[in-house]
Amino acid sequence: MDTQKAIRFGALRVAEYRFYSMSKWMTAVIAFGLGNPILYLVSVGLGIGALVDANTGGGGVLGVPYLQFVAPALLATAAIQGVMDEVTFPTMDGFVWDKLFFAINATSVSSRQIADGVMITALGRGLFTTLMYLGVLLGFGAIPLSSALPLLFSSMLAAWGWSAVMLAVTARLENDEGYFAIIGRFVVAPMFLFSGTFYPLEQMPIFLQPLGWISPLWHATQLGRFLAYGMPIETWLVVVHFAYLALMGVIGMRFVYPKFAERLSR
Amino acid sequence: MDNREVVIRARGLKKTYKDFAAVDGVDFDVYRGEAFGLLGPNGAGKSTTMKMISSVSQRTDGELTILGKEPNTQGPEIRAHLGVVPQKDLLDRELKVWENLFTYGRYFGLSRKWLKTKVDELLEFAQLTEKRNSKADDLSGGMQRRLAIARGLVNEPEILLLDEPTTGLDPQARHILWDRLFRLKEQGVTLVITTHYMDEAEQLCDRLIVMDKGKIMAEGSPASLIKEYSSKEVVEVRFGTDKNESAAKQLEGLGDRIEVLPDRILLYTEKGEELLAKIVDSGLNPITSLVRRSSLEDVFLRLTGRTLVD
Ligand SMILES: Nc1ncnc2c1ncn2[C@@H]1O[C@H](COP(=O)(O)OP(=O)(O)OP(=O)(O)O)[C@@H](O)[C@H]1O
Ligand SMILES: [Mg+2]
Repeated sequence: MDTQKAIRFGALRVAEYRFYSMSKWMTAVIAFGLGNPILYLVSVGLGIGALVDANTGGGGVLGVPYLQFVAPALLATAAIQGVMDEVTFPTMDGFVWDKLFFAINATSVSSRQIADGVMITALGRGLFTTLMYLGVLLGFGAIPLSSALPLLFSSMLAAWGWSAVMLAVTARLENDEGYFAIIGRFVVAPMFLFSGTFYPLEQMPIFLQPLGWISPLWHATQLGRFLAYGMPIETWLVVVHFAYLALMGVIGMRFVYPKFAERLSR
Repeated sequence: MDNREVVIRARGLKKTYKDFAAVDGVDFDVYRGEAFGLLGPNGAGKSTTMKMISSVSQRTDGELTILGKEPNTQGPEIRAHLGVVPQKDLLDRELKVWENLFTYGRYFGLSRKWLKTKVDELLEFAQLTEKRNSKADDLSGGMQRRLAIARGLVNEPEILLLDEPTTGLDPQARHILWDRLFRLKEQGVTLVITTHYMDEAEQLCDRLIVMDKGKIMAEGSPASLIKEYSSKEVVEVRFGTDKNESAAKQLEGLGDRIEVLPDRILLYTEKGEELLAKIVDSGLNPITSLVRRSSLEDVFLRLTGRTLVD
């Protein structure tokens, strides 16, 4: 047994194992990854988009076709949903259901490496989902190729911030108690509706706008719109969007590590 | 008395949950290559002690050194050389039998190539070769236990920690496992075993501690414990549920010591057959009687006033 070899790269080994487990569901992962964007393209793009573009005389929203306007939000949502599955369920499984983290932690892998491994896997899954979404959008000619990288960036930044915060929350749960349903209904769904996804946030009554301001989806969407097609935003706001998402991740992880350490060392 | 290397050293080791002391200041040393046992009833603190030794659970107080290292700060370094078989198997139920072994080996940074042969060897060891492609979830309880034990060996540990290794195994599987553990010991692996089976402790352990309510009641080899705390032989007599108490009064003075249990009376003596003859001569007619050698069970009864397996 080579001690140094054993204690290095533990996070990657945790991720390797998670990806391996995930590969057994690959068909489902791909089906969801492709099914979602196609459904949205058909309903939002062809349905609402046609309506909006027709009513604006082809001008779309803020000077771009409707589909291009919503694309940053759709992609960030895809990324957020991709990471969500990978931080919540495996973490509940790890601590509560099958307690697999305790088995992993009995090896040379540390609690911090387990947390990092979960994050790597989640971001990997988020990246995969986002890339498929991007592929569909590009394939249907919904966005120009030049938007691809900027939108990948803004989406993954949202994925990073969101997954770290969700991991911090999930790591604190001692039992299930319908938490996923609550998060889905009262956090994710409203976030999708109140983040300036389908129309600019400024069109909402002012008392509802704060819902968007705290939403990572709004920040990612605005950042994406700025980066992808130069939607005019003041520089300080661009900085805020970026910093908000980045800090969500950094602060989230600051809560994740000690909680993982505490739970595994009881 | 001993110049063998101490691989586990505990002094005043303590673990409290809220204000309940699950392990309440225990001292012991484990030497390289020996089989060391933790014997005690449910809730004695055996698993809690094991979790601290396995360098995951943080102690509340006291000293603990494993392989010369400090578990609080060097957990991963220590764990690289430990094999852990937890009381609950904690297998990945979705993965196949061989995958459980393989993925576990990967956590230790072991190469895929090396693991391929190792996994086959371990499947053979655990007699699970035919089940290699079954999901862990589909194995019987005893098979899952064997898989968990095989998994604990994947990194060729210096110390193997077994928390109730044979609970749930049938007698044949138990004996096979004991044989495997003997072989590991011959190869120089240090074994730490918790159990509440007397025969297991007597068969496997060179030395053991008897625990109760988080404390150590006695320490020594099975033979020395029996010698110190019990007589050579025991006469067990039953008179029927309500009659044991009154019969016990008449048995007073016979034997070195007497224990009255709800269902039977135990008389401790050096010469069992002679004592039994005396009982029968005195006109008492036990429904059943039995003369046997003293066991760790008797040691435990003496130390705590309770039986080990209820
Ligand atoms: N995480 C925990 N939180 C609170 N109490 C605990 C915890 N783990 C163990 N205990 C308590 O500590 C005591 C010792 O438990 P432990 O599991 O070490 O006993 P044990 O000797 O292994 O028993 P068994 O033979 O039943 O496995 C028990 O009273 C148990 O309820
Ligand atoms: Mg136990």
